[in-house]
Amino acid sequence: MATIKELEQIASQVRRDIVRQVHAVNSGHPGGSLGCADFFVALYFRILNHKPQGFTMDGNGEDLFFLSNGHISPVWYSVLARSGYFPVAELKTFRKLNSRLQGHPTTHEGLPGVRMASGSLGQGMSVAIGAALSKKLNGDKSIVYSLHGDGELQEGQVWEAAMYAAANKVDNLISTIDVNGQQIDGSTDEVLSLGNLRAKWEAFGWDVLDANGNNMEELITIIDLAKMNAGKGKPTMILMKTEMGMGVDFMMGSHKWHGVAPNDEQLANALSQLQETLGDY
Amino acid sequence: MEYLSATEKNDTRSGFGAGLLELGKINPNVIALCADLTGSLKMDAFEKEFPERFFQTGIAEANMMGIAAGMTIGGKIPFTGTFANFSTGRVYDQIRQSIAYSGKNVKICASHAGLTLGEDGATHQILEDLGLMKMLPGMVVINTCDYNQTKAATMAIADYQGPVYLRFGRPKVVNFTPKDQKFEIGKAIVLKQGKDVSIFATGHLVWKSLLAAEALKADGIDAEVINIHTIKPLDETAVLASVSKTGCAVSAEEHQMNGGLGDSIAQLLCRNLPKPLEMVAVNDSFGESGTPEELLTKYGLDVPDIIKAAKASIKRRV
Repeated sequence: MATIKELEQIASQVRRDIVRQVHAVNSGHPGGSLGCADFFVALYFRILNHKPQGFTMDGNGEDLFFLSNGHISPVWYSVLARSGYFPVAELKTFRKLNSRLQGHPTTHEGLPGVRMASGSLGQGMSVAIGAALSKKLNGDKSIVYSLHGDGELQEGQVWEAAMYAAANKVDNLISTIDVNGQQIDGSTDEVLSLGNLRAKWEAFGWDVLDANGNNMEELITIIDLAKMNAGKGKPTMILMKTEMGMGVDFMMGSHKWHGVAPNDEQLANALSQLQETLGDY
Repeated sequence: MEYLSATEKNDTRSGFGAGLLELGKINPNVIALCADLTGSLKMDAFEKEFPERFFQTGIAEANMMGIAAGMTIGGKIPFTGTFANFSTGRVYDQIRQSIAYSGKNVKICASHAGLTLGEDGATHQILEDLGLMKMLPGMVVINTCDYNQTKAATMAIADYQGPVYLRFGRPKVVNFTPKDQKFEIGKAIVLKQGKDVSIFATGHLVWKSLLAAEALKADGIDAEVINIHTIKPLDETAVLASVSKTGCAVSAEEHQMNGGLGDSIAQLLCRNLPKPLEMVAVNDSFGESGTPEELLTKYGLDVPDIIKAAKASIKRRV
C-alpha cells in the first residue's frame, strides 16, 4: 500500500501532467484539475479495488468511479495513465484529432477506465446510482464513487438523484463534491449561491462528511470513514474543500484558471513549483 | 386483404406491458424503470411479478435516464417507461450524452405519442419525438402499429445490443398483425402488394393506410402498403424496390412532417430515385384537446387524407 508520502509524490507528478497537457494544446481546464489531484491519487492509488490492466465496462467485483464534472479530464487522464489503464505517453494526444483523450471524457473512443461520457453537467450522480443498483442486483459488494463540481449543483438533475439515492437506500454509493467555490463566471456565491451544503444534503437524507481535499492524510481518513458507512442504509456525501489551482501559486484561489491554458513562460513557472517524481511523459 | 377482417381492438401500450412481462420471465437481466406512470404504461404486471427488478423513480425523468444508463454497467437491460414527451424532449441531453454517445444498452419505451393521446392536449402530444431520436447517432427508432407488433418489438429489442427508442400509444386500435410474429428491427413489412402507388406508413397510420388502399380500389387504384415500423435504420432496399415498381409514393405518420418518416423517405428518394412523394403528417403545428379520431381528422391524418395524397402522388408521376 502506498504511503502518504508516496501518494503526495505521485500527486506532484500528476499536477505536472495536468499543466503540460493543457499547455500543449492551449486549451482545457487546469484549475479544477489541480485542485482535485490529491483526491484522484488517493482514490486510484489507495482506495479503489480495481483492475487497471484488465479493464472491463461492467467492472464486476471492482469499485467503480464516475466523473460527473467531465471538464477536469486532465487530472483523470493523468491518474488513469499513471495507474496503468493506458500508456502514459498517450497523454501527449490530449484534445488532439483522433485521440482517445477527448476534451471531455467519453466511452466513445474506447479509453480504458472511462465508463460514461460526461461534460454536460449534472448527469453523473444518476449514472453512479444506476451502477450502484446494478451491483446490488448482482450481489456485488463493491462501492461506487462519483465526483461532482460545486457549481454543478446548480443543475436540477443532481437533486433528483439526491432524493432518489436516499429514498431508495443506495448505500453502496459514495459521492464527493469538489467545493472550491469557483465557477466560470466567478465565485459560486456571486453566480448562484449554493447556500448551506451540509444542511441541504442532510435534509435530503444523506450522511455528510467534510474533508480537506488538499491534505492527503485527512482525505484518506475521511474516505475510509465513508467506506465504513457503506451498507448501512444511507448514501454518503463528502463535501471536499479544495483550492482551485492547488500547487501552482499564480493559479490558486481564482476562477480565472478554470478553463485557460498557461503560456510557455507560465508553464515553466508552474513546473518549477512541481517536483518531477515519476518522470514526465 | 386478410388484415381488414380483423376486428379486435387493443392498445399498443398494453402490447408493451405484455411484452415486458414476458421478457421478465425469460431474461433475468431485463429491468424496468418508470417515472410515476406505471398504470398508463401498463408496467404494473411486471412490477407485481418482479418487484426487485422494477424501479420507481418518481416524477424525475432526467434521473431515470441516467440511472438506466448506469444500470447497463453490470449487464442489466433497462427499459424506461413514460410518455413520449417526457421520454424524449424533456430528457434529450441525458439521452444524448449518457445513453447515445456513451453507447448504452437502454430501451426507451414511450407511450401516449402523437395526437391520439387525445384530450390532454398539446403539452403532452409530442409530434417531434421521431425526429429528435433519429438524429442521434446509433439510435434505433421504432414505431409499432398495433398490440401484437408492439409486444413482439418489445421482446425483440432486448436481444439487440444498443440504444433503442420504442414509440407506441394510448388508444385502442385494431389488432391486425399476426399474434406470434417475429419482429425484425429494420425490416419493412409489405402488407398489401400493389402497382400504382407505394404507401409507407408507421404507427397508428398503418391501419388507416390499409383502409385507404381498400377504398382506392373503387377508383381502380392498386396501392402497395408497407409498414415501416423501424424509422431508423430505414429499410432502404424495401422503399426503393417498391417505388421502382410504382413510380410514386405517400408517407403517413402521426408526427411533424419535419423530421419524421416522410422526411427520411424523401432524403432516400432524392438521392437515389427522384419520384413524387406526398406526405401525410402534421404540418408545423401543435395539437389540441379532442378525441383521437377528431384530431386525426382535423390535422389531416385520416383515411381521406391518405386517399387524397395517393391520388396526388399518382398525378405528379411523369
